[in-house]
Amino acid sequence: MSQTAADTSVGIVEPQLFRHPASFLLQCGEALPGFELVYETYGTPDAAMSNAVLVCHALSGNHHAAGYHSGSDERPGWWDACIGPGKPIDTNRFFVVCPNNLGGCHGSTGPLSINPDTGEPYGPDFPKVTVRDWVRAQVLLADHLGIRRFAAVVGGSLGGMQAMQWAIDEPDRIGAAVLIAAAAKLSAQNIAFNEIARQAILSDPQFHGGHYRSRGTNPDLGLMLARMVGHVTYLSDDGMRRKFGREIKSGDIRLGRDVQFQVESYLHYQGRSFSKRFDANTYLLMTYALDYFDPAAEYDDDLVAALSGTRCDFCIISFSSDWRFSAARSKEISDALITARRNVVSCVIESDQGHDAFLLPIPRYFDVLGGYFDRLARETTGAS
Amino acid sequence: MRADLTIIADLVNPGARVLDLGCGDGELLAHLRDNKSVNGYGLEIDPVKITTCVKNGVNVIEQNLDAGLANFPDDSFDMVVMTETLQSVRAPVEMLREMLRIGRECIVTFPNFGHWRCRLYLTARGRMPVSEHLPHSWFDTPNIHLCTFLDFERLCQDLELNIIERFVVDADHANRPLINRFPNFFGTFAFYRLGRPER
Repeated sequence: MSQTAADTSVGIVEPQLFRHPASFLLQCGEALPGFELVYETYGTPDAAMSNAVLVCHALSGNHHAAGYHSGSDERPGWWDACIGPGKPIDTNRFFVVCPNNLGGCHGSTGPLSINPDTGEPYGPDFPKVTVRDWVRAQVLLADHLGIRRFAAVVGGSLGGMQAMQWAIDEPDRIGAAVLIAAAAKLSAQNIAFNEIARQAILSDPQFHGGHYRSRGTNPDLGLMLARMVGHVTYLSDDGMRRKFGREIKSGDIRLGRDVQFQVESYLHYQGRSFSKRFDANTYLLMTYALDYFDPAAEYDDDLVAALSGTRCDFCIISFSSDWRFSAARSKEISDALITARRNVVSCVIESDQGHDAFLLPIPRYFDVLGGYFDRLARETTGAS
Repeated sequence: MRADLTIIADLVNPGARVLDLGCGDGELLAHLRDNKSVNGYGLEIDPVKITTCVKNGVNVIEQNLDAGLANFPDDSFDMVVMTETLQSVRAPVEMLREMLRIGRECIVTFPNFGHWRCRLYLTARGRMPVSEHLPHSWFDTPNIHLCTFLDFERLCQDLELNIIERFVVDADHANRPLINRFPNFFGTFAFYRLGRPER
């Protein structure tokens, strides 16, 4: 941690654990005998607990959104650029909560947890969870923390889908939904990429039908391939050209052998490190939750009808070069919100960084996001 | 508030649903929200102005008007407003039709190219008029569809649009007797409140 980082960082944070002791019925019909969510908080709640912000993580994220776990950590949490004193989600004004979702592999109950019925890890038998299940579990966490209403629920990608589900399912408990690089449902192309990633894992000989742990192994190769294909879809053609071009990492292209391009080396590294920190069963479960998300389905595919019961304000942000969750998908949401007469601001940030842009400190993006949260903070303090 | 926006605000009914095409920093919509309980949305493409709208709690949607308004359903607004922008859109006829498809009524304002100063400038100097209100040279002007009030009214006639109200002002947004007598010669800006073709 450098000195300048310390001024705008939430500093050292310690993950906490919320234990829900009672049975929890999932949308799929199966019940968990109880569950745990690991979460972190940043900032201080005000007296009325009216300044709470829920941050929902995306596919491969977790509860460690900001700050450091120890002074020797090289890297801060995944959204540290955005959360902290003076940052767009300003911890001087907001009390920020970020849990690891149910089914996750970083401390919340998931495939790695012990199934009390068998005494063995759930592994592939962990029930299918949905975005709605996540929201219900987050509601229980909010109850535990004494948060009656979130000033905002915010997330990018799959996190934005959770914010949307919050707006639909808990209209009285959310002041604003901030949906970044999200979609009301995945397109066929998007599901296709998830299926390629899943097949990479499922076809790894080390996967053993999901029982790799009990065999003392791990489908590293499958996870690596899944991450590589995913990663390419999170970048844009222009962005990759700018970042890697045709730069050679090793070998001599004139001899035509043993050549490794920078982009190959980068993808290998990303894939390998992902396979070390992420559980394959969780990856499968998260991609299914993504694919199945479609809140309009319950309303005859009418997104306006699905959003008509919402009461919160909305902020919709997308990125020009994002083709995995394109600006057109965000536009569908904002159009439906206008028709549903909800308050909405919607903008498309110019960027060549593809879907990944939602994690990056792009000046205009942070201006809009910071401006939106500034307004929320003024209204929240005005109300309390 | 900007003088022209005050004039427009007076033309909007309380509680109306308003779409502002090219809403700038959202001044009109914020005023209508605070004073007339208007549920309004603004379209804008300037990033700085969009951020200002966001900070002011104005419903701003980033959308290029020239890309069309097909995303808005028929009859989804009571009033569609376009302030000094019609002269810079690519397809004004299509725009007017779209505005009156989406809204029951619309308000359009634009500068008068038939103003005596423009006429004099062109006559005396033989060059494209450049003035305080039309400050651009011909080669870099965003105003690609300038017209006179007479031109506009002729178009409304051709499109069978119903001119419900017209309000003509001078450069200070004041309405004077001489302007009402010779609007196309002395008027600097006009505010037209338009309705759908009468059947």
